Amino acid sequence: MNWRSIWAIAKKDLKEVRQNKAAWGPGIVVPLVFAIIMPMMFIILPQVIPVEDVQRELGDLDVMLRAMPPALQALFEGKSLEQMFVLYMAGFMLAPLFLIMPLMFSSVIGSDSFVGERERKTMEALLYAPTSDMELFLGKVLAAVIPAIGLSWITYVVYIIVVNVASYPLFGEIWFPLPTWYPLMLWMTPALAVLGISATVLISSRVRTFMEAYQMSASLVVLVLALVAGQISGVLFLGVGTTLVIGSIIWLVDAALIYLSVKKFKRSALVAKL
Amino acid sequence: METIVEVNGLERTFGQNRAVDGMTFHVKQGEVFGLLGPNGAGKTTTVRLLNGILPPSGGTARVFGFDPATDGQKIRQQTGVLTESPALYERLSARENLEFFGTLAGIPENTLGQRVLDILKFFGLQERVDDKVETYSKGMKQRLALARALVHEPPLLFLDEPTSGLDPEAAQQVNELIAGLNERSGQTIILATHNLLEAQRLCDRVAVLNKGRILAMGSLTELTSKLWPTMWVDITFWQVPSESAWGAVKGQRGVRQVTGQGEAWQVQVESAEVIPQIVQQLAGQGASILKVIPRDYTLEDIYFALQAGEK
Repeated sequence: MNWRSIWAIAKKDLKEVRQNKAAWGPGIVVPLVFAIIMPMMFIILPQVIPVEDVQRELGDLDVMLRAMPPALQALFEGKSLEQMFVLYMAGFMLAPLFLIMPLMFSSVIGSDSFVGERERKTMEALLYAPTSDMELFLGKVLAAVIPAIGLSWITYVVYIIVVNVASYPLFGEIWFPLPTWYPLMLWMTPALAVLGISATVLISSRVRTFMEAYQMSASLVVLVLALVAGQISGVLFLGVGTTLVIGSIIWLVDAALIYLSVKKFKRSALVAKL
Repeated sequence: METIVEVNGLERTFGQNRAVDGMTFHVKQGEVFGLLGPNGAGKTTTVRLLNGILPPSGGTARVFGFDPATDGQKIRQQTGVLTESPALYERLSARENLEFFGTLAGIPENTLGQRVLDILKFFGLQERVDDKVETYSKGMKQRLALARALVHEPPLLFLDEPTSGLDPEAAQQVNELIAGLNERSGQTIILATHNLLEAQRLCDRVAVLNKGRILAMGSLTELTSKLWPTMWVDITFWQVPSESAWGAVKGQRGVRQVTGQGEAWQVQVESAEVIPQIVQQLAGQGASILKVIPRDYTLEDIYFALQAGEK
């Protein structure tokens, strides 16, 4: 395995993606909304608007929060209503939304890398390069996975800072991240980044344009939205154990999809699509 | 000269379509070998088969002794391919394009930068090394694509329609560069083209293809003598020659027939050697010869004769 070639392919793909606004646009907007705008809204609002007014608008917050799973109840112990609200919103409800990022980033970059290369008619020259099919595949996968995980982690770090700074007047201490966030960031985020790219590789063999691949792979976000819905409705609580189990299932699916992708990613198949 | 490409009964089918149908040919080191044929003749498929990016359906091939079906990567380390469309990364600069392909070809890091600059200079692109390729003209892109195929100094170069879509001036520039490569460094070149003038100018030998099959193969002279065993000579006189001159030429050994009248004759001879003897005969008969022009067949004549025979 020639790692110099693999890195060269990954670096070249990233340089190309940087020039495609449709690809990197979401990479700036989504983290901005998730890491800065949303937490600011949920943290600053209850500090500005009296809880009584919020209660009048939203119904009995206290009753809703007291109905949360026991693990969350333990965190609410001894907290004021404002603190409970912030803890619920910033530390619990928004958590699965962050999982959209690795999935979206890797499928967008992957679409540009796998389908965009064919669409821009540059694939043929690459196929004539003295690399193996596996090196070509790995270079392109790394080009999608590394920035997807990296961007997600940077967003987490910004989110952690924003949440702690904005809620410091309310809590008087650094309380975030909660333990449930660690498996989410370190186990499930990489799993979803790999899921995004492996699904995109399979999709790429069936579509002709970057936008088609982008739209089809973006439909995977529905999976994450199911987690969000489950968490909000109280059906599912993404605690440490649950996150590790769901993450493991995703890793297993990843392994199967990567196996299929490697089998499909052959020069002879790619050249037939030119 | 060593044979570096050996193709025996090579076949490739796509469904019912036989893109390459039992091709057999050899290419020697330092040769410029042409694959000449219309669109769909199987030229590009042959280039792909020989570089191991497409497996054959039948037959065998050896390039530098390696089988493309199993050792494609080893072959591609020693070949450079100019694809029909330049296939350049338009959002990147010329330098970035060449550095990328140079890295994949295994050029050491410490020499890569200089090698890229040298080859860009050779192709007259040194002023624009850091400009994005999308700002280049078609001719410049084609020169850059040729530079990419040569960046790792491969001993075997495949050129697939190298002047397709270029204006005459740019096409001439590219052809001069290709001719120069073979003359200067003895590079072996396989040229796939439908441009007859280009093939005539550049190729030592050609294989004329149609529907995946080789119709004929050889140098221009070999193909001409295969197709037309005799040749025609046009003779123009200053004054109408005597009747005896006509009879003398007609009776000359090696002359098949004499046609024409007055000052313009056409003589069919068995070989070029007969022409000086005819001139001597005519001079002996006191004929005042103005011009003696043996008719040359071009690759175009050969090509159309073969394609017509096929139909």
